[in-house]
Amino acid sequence: MLVNPRRITLRVNGLNHMVTVEPRESLLDVLRKQLGLTGAKKGCDMGSCGACTVMVDGKSRLSCLTLAVSVEGMDIVTVEGLSRGELDPLQEAFVRNDALQCGFCTPGQVMSAKFLLDIIPKPSVEEVKYYMSGNICRCGAYPKIIRAVLDAAGEVKRNG
Amino acid sequence: METFILVFKVLGFGDLCLYPASFEYYAPASLDEAIDLLNKHREEARVLAGGHSLIPMMKLRVLRPAYVIDLNRVKGLKYIEEKGGEIRIGALTTYYDVITSDIVKRRVPILAECASVVADPQVRNWGTIGGSLSHCDPSGDMGSSILALRAKMVAKGSSGERVIESDDWFVGSFQSALKTGEILREIVIPTPKPGSGGAYLKLERKAGDYAIAAVGVQVTLDGSGSCTYAGIGLTAVGPTNLRAKKAEQALVGRKVDDRVIEEAARAATEDCRPTDDPLRGSAEYKRAMVGVLTKRALNKALADAKRSR
Ligand SMILES: Cc1cc2nc3c(=O)[nH]c(=O)nc-3n(C[C@H](O)[C@H](O)[C@H](O)COP(=O)(O)OP(=O)(O)OC[C@H]3O[C@@H](n4cnc5c(N)ncnc54)[C@H](O)[C@@H]3O)c2cc1C
Ligand code: FES
Ligand code: FES
Repeated sequence: MLVNPRRITLRVNGLNHMVTVEPRESLLDVLRKQLGLTGAKKGCDMGSCGACTVMVDGKSRLSCLTLAVSVEGMDIVTVEGLSRGELDPLQEAFVRNDALQCGFCTPGQVMSAKFLLDIIPKPSVEEVKYYMSGNICRCGAYPKIIRAVLDAAGEVKRNG
Repeated sequence: METFILVFKVLGFGDLCLYPASFEYYAPASLDEAIDLLNKHREEARVLAGGHSLIPMMKLRVLRPAYVIDLNRVKGLKYIEEKGGEIRIGALTTYYDVITSDIVKRRVPILAECASVVADPQVRNWGTIGGSLSHCDPSGDMGSSILALRAKMVAKGSSGERVIESDDWFVGSFQSALKTGEILREIVIPTPKPGSGGAYLKLERKAGDYAIAAVGVQVTLDGSGSCTYAGIGLTAVGPTNLRAKKAEQALVGRKVDDRVIEEAARAATEDCRPTDDPLRGSAEYKRAMVGVLTKRALNKALADAKRSR
């Protein structure tokens, strides 16, 4: 039985979804369990790893620390929302640069990179490191992740 | 936060339950409505800002509010403005807003420097200055800058508003001067005079972590190079954010040279009250780091102050 259930409309990747949630449910759980959007991952569920990063009203946000009820009506974008038929250039850059091993952290990494390139289209290496610092990669793919982000920004000499 | 997790594990609570206890949720559209709800439910209610401290504490069941009052739909709590010798910041202003504000960059760069070393981009995008100050974590970064700037907090409750000096704000660990039923509405910072500079330096184990120790410094120099104002706040080295009063006294009224800076840095190591902690080092280490950080922050703030004369 749901406690204090609420019927809310979540706007995810441009589509409105009516869902019934308990106020205590995280956006991450609602995305994964009710909407079947399993791109955002649950790494720690405590705000430490960044695997659950999504975009809310244009800013990257940890969906594990976000109550689904609190983002009703806001514009939510998950990694699934980046690729419409074909991959987003950022995702292509991750593939091209082999910027992953197990891939668990990748959707979060991509969303953080998306936010970075939205506010700084041509970042320096230092800026990439600073803006990607909220995402842990247990496989340690960091050098290639940084390279992929620079590549997506057109800031890497392909053969360098 | 990690300290809480550690305490839980040490106490043998075993598997952490990562769902908050059930609660009823309100999203009022006005501050008065929020205050009414808060006064109706009193101790059973909590207000929600960014949620980056509240939600983890609820998941750990350290807090089990029966009512959560979301402030994010309340109009008029998100702004940074300068008027009549004061900078006013709405409680719901995020770290991101602080970092990108021209007023902050021009008048109180210490705040931008401080906000830019809090946590990581995702937390800075949504964590709020009011949430940080109300949470009153002794490891919170904002508190030390607020002490260094001698800001005032404006709290609103059912019987009106009250202004609280930063010296009276930090009552204890995770305990601000807010009374039950009050909401922090605004932070008021006296605009620093020409010839001012500030710096916030944080030592952390890894990117995005809470401080091992951190120091915020704000100074003003007069035309002859004498120090007319010194504010120093210390992070993670006491039961609350602390003001380093002896260090401030070592500076005010003097021409600040290397010897005076050394003296102030030594005084700061006496002002702080660190404890041994299994995650971030011994009290002795933190005390030594307070000295180093104070010296570096002073050099940086003084260079800024000279430049802005
Ligand atoms: C991974 C991670 C790393 C972090 N690292 C750091 C760090 O390095 N340095 C640092 O300083 N912080 C750090 N934080 C904490 C972060 O800064 C929080 O955002 C901040 O402490 C609280 O702000 P909030 O807006 O999220 O508040 P919330 O979590 O929403 O609220 C915190 C508390 O304040 C109360 N409250 C909120 N707003 C008001 C108000 N206007 N009036 C009255 N009461 C109010 C709430 O009821 C709650 O008790 C970290 C958090 C995370 C998740
Ligand atoms: S799952 Fe949200 S930060 Fe780890
Ligand atoms: S690729 Fe495995 S965690 Fe990053």
